[in-house]
Amino acid sequence: MDAKHFFIDPNRCIGCKSCVEACSECDTHKGHSMIHLEYVDRAASPQTVPVVCMHCDTPTCAEVCPADAIKRTGDGVVQTARKPRCIACNNCVLACPFGVPKMNVGFELMMKCDMCYDRTSVGKSPMCATVCPSRALHFGTWEEIERLRPRSTPQNVFRFGRQEVRTKVYMMVPRDAGVEYVDVAAALNADDDSSASTSVAQEDLMLLNILQ
Amino acid sequence: MIKKAFAMDIQHDPELHTVPPDRGAMDQQPKWRRDFPIDAVQDAYVARRDFTKYLGLTSLAFVVGQFWIALQSRWRRARGRAPIVAIGKLVDLPVGEAVSFHYPTESDPALLIRQDETTLLAYSNQCTHLQCPVLPEFDSGRLHCPCHRGYFDMQTGRPLAGPPRRALPRITLKVQDGTIYATGFEKERA
Repeated sequence: MDAKHFFIDPNRCIGCKSCVEACSECDTHKGHSMIHLEYVDRAASPQTVPVVCMHCDTPTCAEVCPADAIKRTGDGVVQTARKPRCIACNNCVLACPFGVPKMNVGFELMMKCDMCYDRTSVGKSPMCATVCPSRALHFGTWEEIERLRPRSTPQNVFRFGRQEVRTKVYMMVPRDAGVEYVDVAAALNADDDSSASTSVAQEDLMLLNILQ
Repeated sequence: MIKKAFAMDIQHDPELHTVPPDRGAMDQQPKWRRDFPIDAVQDAYVARRDFTKYLGLTSLAFVVGQFWIALQSRWRRARGRAPIVAIGKLVDLPVGEAVSFHYPTESDPALLIRQDETTLLAYSNQCTHLQCPVLPEFDSGRLHCPCHRGYFDMQTGRPLAGPPRRALPRITLKVQDGTIYATGFEKERA
């Protein structure tokens, strides 16, 4: 059997929050939902993006942990902080470039998406991917995703300014864009110099108004 | 030596994924990064040298402990016999009465019982369960601890009922010229 990977396709997200509910059902999350469902620009669009842990090869959360509490298991999954070590300092929450870790103040423990470790470690899909009706979250083989998404291509290199992060989880990007990495901070810069991208956003807004 | 082994592991072990943020070689990284690895496998890894070190230290601790025990027992012996303390006059204690005193120090409560004309008994007054004071019950010939309904045999101090499992320490007595003296503890009975 071919290795299964986790693919996220924000374009396909319909904001139904099924993943949020399913996430809290996972046995390793102790009843807490670890997935974030974010609005891109709520005033302008109903577009949502599911945010799961990307499981970086150089996890910033673990790099900044002063208590040496965040560890990655052999299969490359960055786990929730270890309870005996975590000091609930919030460093990881602030440092993660994807904004994934959540501080559980009651438990005094950082909890994060662990890709439903009890499930994926035995070859099952994570809870969110099993319920996603539009397959914005997909857990499958490489061949499968090539066949299902002919116009997109998986990308797992992200740039945050000078920091480059390679992740275990893949983000689907348009195939014809031909990008070598996803420049996450580019959107922030685009807002500043109010260039072409801003006008695109305005067009989107107009289009939305027409549709309504 | 260890540095090299670590760098090799990173390259060959499929369970190790760590890439430093500067994407440089692992053996070029600062020492703390090698000391606090992110991969669980490496985190749980105990080097032979560390294992041997702990083995040595633990054995050393055992040896020190043995010497400590030997010293303790020597000191105990050196401290000598229990003190002889006068408790009171025999005539002041009628038959079927008990009086409390302190033995061997002022903070150790004890109980002196006159069961009949010739029988004098003394025990530590702390129940062997949770140190509550015990009360004599002459009718049934028992010592009663009211805290958890513990009972001891008045004649021997052995536990009869309730939570206590060990006998009350019995104090040996001596009567000389009408004065009662506590002279020590009876040896632990099985």
